[in-house]
Amino acid sequence: MKALLETLISPGSFDIIINIGFIFGKIVIVVSVVMLAVALAPYFERKVIGHMQVRMGPMRVGPHGILQPIADALKLFFKEDIIPAESDKVIFFIAPVITMFGAMTSLAVIPWWKSFAVADINIGILFIFAMSSVGAYGIVMAGWASNSKFSFLGGLRASAQIISYEVAMGMSLVGVMLLSGSLNLSEIAAAQAGEGLFFFKNWYIFPQIIAAGVFFLSMLAETNRTPFDMPEAESELVAGYFTEYSGFRFSLFFVGEYIAMFVMAAIGVICFLGGWSGPGPSIVPLQLLWFVLKLCFVMFLFFWIRATVPRYRYDQLMAIGWKVLIPLALLNIVITATLKII
Amino acid sequence: MPTEYLPIVIFMLVATAFGLGSLMVGIIFRPHRPYAEKLIPYESGNIPVGETRSRFHIHFYIIAMLFLVFDVEAVFMYPWAVVFDKIGLYAYIEMILFILILTVGYIYAWKKDAFKWD
Repeated sequence: MKALLETLISPGSFDIIINIGFIFGKIVIVVSVVMLAVALAPYFERKVIGHMQVRMGPMRVGPHGILQPIADALKLFFKEDIIPAESDKVIFFIAPVITMFGAMTSLAVIPWWKSFAVADINIGILFIFAMSSVGAYGIVMAGWASNSKFSFLGGLRASAQIISYEVAMGMSLVGVMLLSGSLNLSEIAAAQAGEGLFFFKNWYIFPQIIAAGVFFLSMLAETNRTPFDMPEAESELVAGYFTEYSGFRFSLFFVGEYIAMFVMAAIGVICFLGGWSGPGPSIVPLQLLWFVLKLCFVMFLFFWIRATVPRYRYDQLMAIGWKVLIPLALLNIVITATLKII
Repeated sequence: MPTEYLPIVIFMLVATAFGLGSLMVGIIFRPHRPYAEKLIPYESGNIPVGETRSRFHIHFYIIAMLFLVFDVEAVFMYPWAVVFDKIGLYAYIEMILFILILTVGYIYAWKKDAFKWD
């Protein structure tokens, strides 16, 4: 205790405190911006799907329904929190927190523009994979703890699906690592920068088109989105692993899922669509603009696919993952390495 | 201590605080009126029958084992991909051999119907 106090009082410690405050500020900004985006994403989703199905989407709350997310959040906040009898109380309590923790911590390594990430570590991709696996723990624990058969089956399905597609996703990014020679997300994005009219000529989506396809499909499955939303298929499993969750606990799962979508979309943008690179001078506001626009485009793809494609059957889902995506990803690695060596 | 990991530790603390905090604050606002029928696990309106955490399909175990093999393979590939430029042909041949050996196992698993759900 005394040693701790002495280090805090010593002259160098002031810098450390300033530094920690600075980091904390960055984190608060990133988290609040993402939470705002997460609040607006379901509204955007409902509008997109509504218009694709020749409906209007939410229209009642505020002009064109823009206040709908606030109404939903408030409603969830005041809902009763029901913990089912004979459930495993501690695990039931902690599961949504773990899911959200995994998704939110992944945000730390995403570079929003050149030389800005909360933590610019040299194993960025590995960190993202680790954290998405942590999110899977929350899902399995929720399914186990709820003491409901729907939750149990949903949790089992979710775990099998997430680990299967994690393999395909991990392998699809090896090609990108081969080309860039780095696991650092900032360096991967920087390696794709281009100038002038053909600013997109260095984007990895062109040499890595197979990997991009595999990554995109695995991304849908990893975040439990249609057409791979088997863990929460409402027509067969009610709501899957969060059947028994209500009120704010449910919304933690919901927020975790949407943050995970943002993280996966950001990884896709950084690894295949050139991150912050775009036309015009390479200044910070423009870099951020290009990054956010590409992010919105990938999010739109999520919603577009939800409005278009019906859900797969579970055996089809596993077959696609193991029999199509993994061989394709391995083939892509061999092709990329061969092209690089000759 | 490598200082670039400090923001991640702080981020983890913030994320945990956010999750737990939002649940704690909600206690003040939300009602709490439980009764026995409300706490029954949902089973389409019926009284739940039988054991919930019963035995489940063997395929989930097989998928878990296959995942271990292939994910470890993927993790081996990451450092290989990063240093590929520096090592060159030797690394290439090594990894082709590695992938070939795994492909044999993959074909075996396929032939044994490990990827088939009936």
